[in-house]
Amino acid sequence: MTQPLDLHAVSAHYGTTKVLEDLSLSVQAGELVSLLGASGCGKTTTLRLIAGFLSPTAGSIQLGGRDLTRLPPHKRDIGLVFQNYALFPHLSVLDNVAFGLKQRDIPSAERRKRATAMLERVGLAALADRAPGALSGGQKQRVALARALVIEPPLLMFDEPLSNLDAKLRVDMRVEIRQLQRSNGTTSVYVTHDQEEAFSISDRVAIMNAGRLMQFDKPEVLYRRPANPFVARFVGFENIIPFKVISRDGEMVTAETAGMTLRLSQAVYGAIPDTFLLATRPDGLMVSTDPAAKGLPAQLGLRTYLGRAYQYQCETSAGHLVANGSLTTPLEAGTGVKLVPVPEQCTILATEDAR
Amino acid sequence: MSDRPHPILIAVAALVYLFLMLPLVIVVGAALSDTTYLTFPPQGLSLRWFENIFAISAFRRTIVTSLQIAFTGTLLALLIGIPAAYALNRFRVELPKWLGTLFVLPILVPEIVFGFALLKSLTVGTGVPIFAALLIGHTLLVLPYVVRVISASLASFDFSIEEAAISLGSAPVKTFFTIVLPNVRAGVIAAFILAFITSLNDVSVSLFLTGPGISTLPIQILAHVEQFFDPTVASVSVLLMFLTVAVMVVVERTLGLTFLAK
Ligand SMILES: Nc1ncnc2c1ncn2[C@@H]1O[C@H](COP(=O)(O)OP(=O)(O)OP(=O)(O)O)[C@@H](O)[C@H]1O
Ligand SMILES: [Mg+2]
Repeated sequence: MTQPLDLHAVSAHYGTTKVLEDLSLSVQAGELVSLLGASGCGKTTTLRLIAGFLSPTAGSIQLGGRDLTRLPPHKRDIGLVFQNYALFPHLSVLDNVAFGLKQRDIPSAERRKRATAMLERVGLAALADRAPGALSGGQKQRVALARALVIEPPLLMFDEPLSNLDAKLRVDMRVEIRQLQRSNGTTSVYVTHDQEEAFSISDRVAIMNAGRLMQFDKPEVLYRRPANPFVARFVGFENIIPFKVISRDGEMVTAETAGMTLRLSQAVYGAIPDTFLLATRPDGLMVSTDPAAKGLPAQLGLRTYLGRAYQYQCETSAGHLVANGSLTTPLEAGTGVKLVPVPEQCTILATEDAR
Repeated sequence: MSDRPHPILIAVAALVYLFLMLPLVIVVGAALSDTTYLTFPPQGLSLRWFENIFAISAFRRTIVTSLQIAFTGTLLALLIGIPAAYALNRFRVELPKWLGTLFVLPILVPEIVFGFALLKSLTVGTGVPIFAALLIGHTLLVLPYVVRVISASLASFDFSIEEAAISLGSAPVKTFFTIVLPNVRAGVIAAFILAFITSLNDVSVSLFLTGPGISTLPIQILAHVEQFFDPTVASVSVLLMFLTVAVMVVVERTLGLTFLAK
């Protein structure tokens, strides 16, 4: 029952405003893919396009080889889970879950059996006769999940399903969702603006910005090797320093920025273009008080305590940077130091105008 | 704060009820009087003035007409008003704002002006039959109430519920009946009652649209009072009150139950 989903060069407009541009996305059968991005970047719009509540102005959508683009939403056979649960208030929990089966003309006894079995799987069999209004948020979301799963859809979609729940429940529920999705092997698209949630639950994550796909890859790759400055900043590479190559010597490259030269190996970073950006997290810049250290001269600013380290706001000739320093030697604001990039914590990006 | 209402609050509430109920008590009293003139408290007890209503053929005819107009007019207004209210709320973002206002406009126009305008456009200009003109007039008269009341119900309806049903395989029109309508049931019932009573009690619009041979009960009451000062008016009023209450009960029961059965 599990099928791949393909969005091919999809664009969408609200009136004359373009909200999605040339979005292509392939979700493999059985895969869980998250759409991650800031508020208003077009995640919900993407789901509504796939569900059929909105028509693309260009492009096509395929599910398991079936062309969905012109199919009305009630014929698409997609399970949806909403942020606000969207349970039917006038139906019991059991009838909510059985609703989709009823639309498929499954006889009443069979409906009841399957809906009850699904409620058991989400641990709510005891509440089958309750009205949705008499459930907690977590229970409501489990009913919504059961309602979407019971029709055995080839595709499941979630729009910020956990954002109305408290922090503890959010973590429990996402594990539960992942387990149910895994054991059913249902292809899934999961929308969230919580990076940790997206990375922990997904096989691959699509990072979106202003209606465009910025990068689509495994969480591990996104976290260690962002492909562009936007994704880099999004996953915490707060320091992005422009460099220019001054000499090449086999695989070794020497590059400089105002106040510092670096030697980088193309065996580690891949091919290095003539101008590039070096990106690091605060952990990737070592704060050194040794005047002989080979690093970027910096003036320390505000110091904050992170528990595992001190974090410093630094002023350098390459602009404002953020670095973490050791707990053993807290340094005062105004101290002159060197910021030394830790090679294994750096990544290299093409300059923004080169893209 | 105690959980029992303050004595002053109770007193005020009691006064309000008294003010609301007092005229009704007086009317009921006057209707039961045995005298040939209107009086309160009643002198003697008699049902003869209730009998008198049915002895006068104009009353018999207008009661039937009024009920027909109120029922059909209300149904027509619901038929137009429910989809209109649905569209106004479902597509609130997409539709221009003035469209909603359009449906309230008739309430803002003084009813007497509204009635006159209808007379000019319906009867005088085109020669629409009197009954049809009355029906159209009353439908238009109650439509704004229907749209308002049902809109208020729909305003708190979460349309993602509708989308959930559609995604589960329920066709849009079917979804409207099985998901949307049951959740605005209270609004539909309220709209029905409000529209029915408004139509049944209307004077200003009917005044312009009634004509030879066809009249409504309130207009007939006016005509009767001009000539007679007997308690028939009071007994008709009581009858009107009971009709209203009966309709409310019946609507509550039937509409309430059919929706629940779905
Ligand atoms: N009905 C609408 N009419 C016009 N513009 C809309 C409509 N719905 C959404 N938009 C706009 O489209 C863009 C994308 O919205 P969308 O709902 O897809 O964002 P999102 O990524 O889901 O954001 P969030 O995380 O806040 O839910 C936004 O700029 C939004 O303002
Ligand atoms: Mg959204």
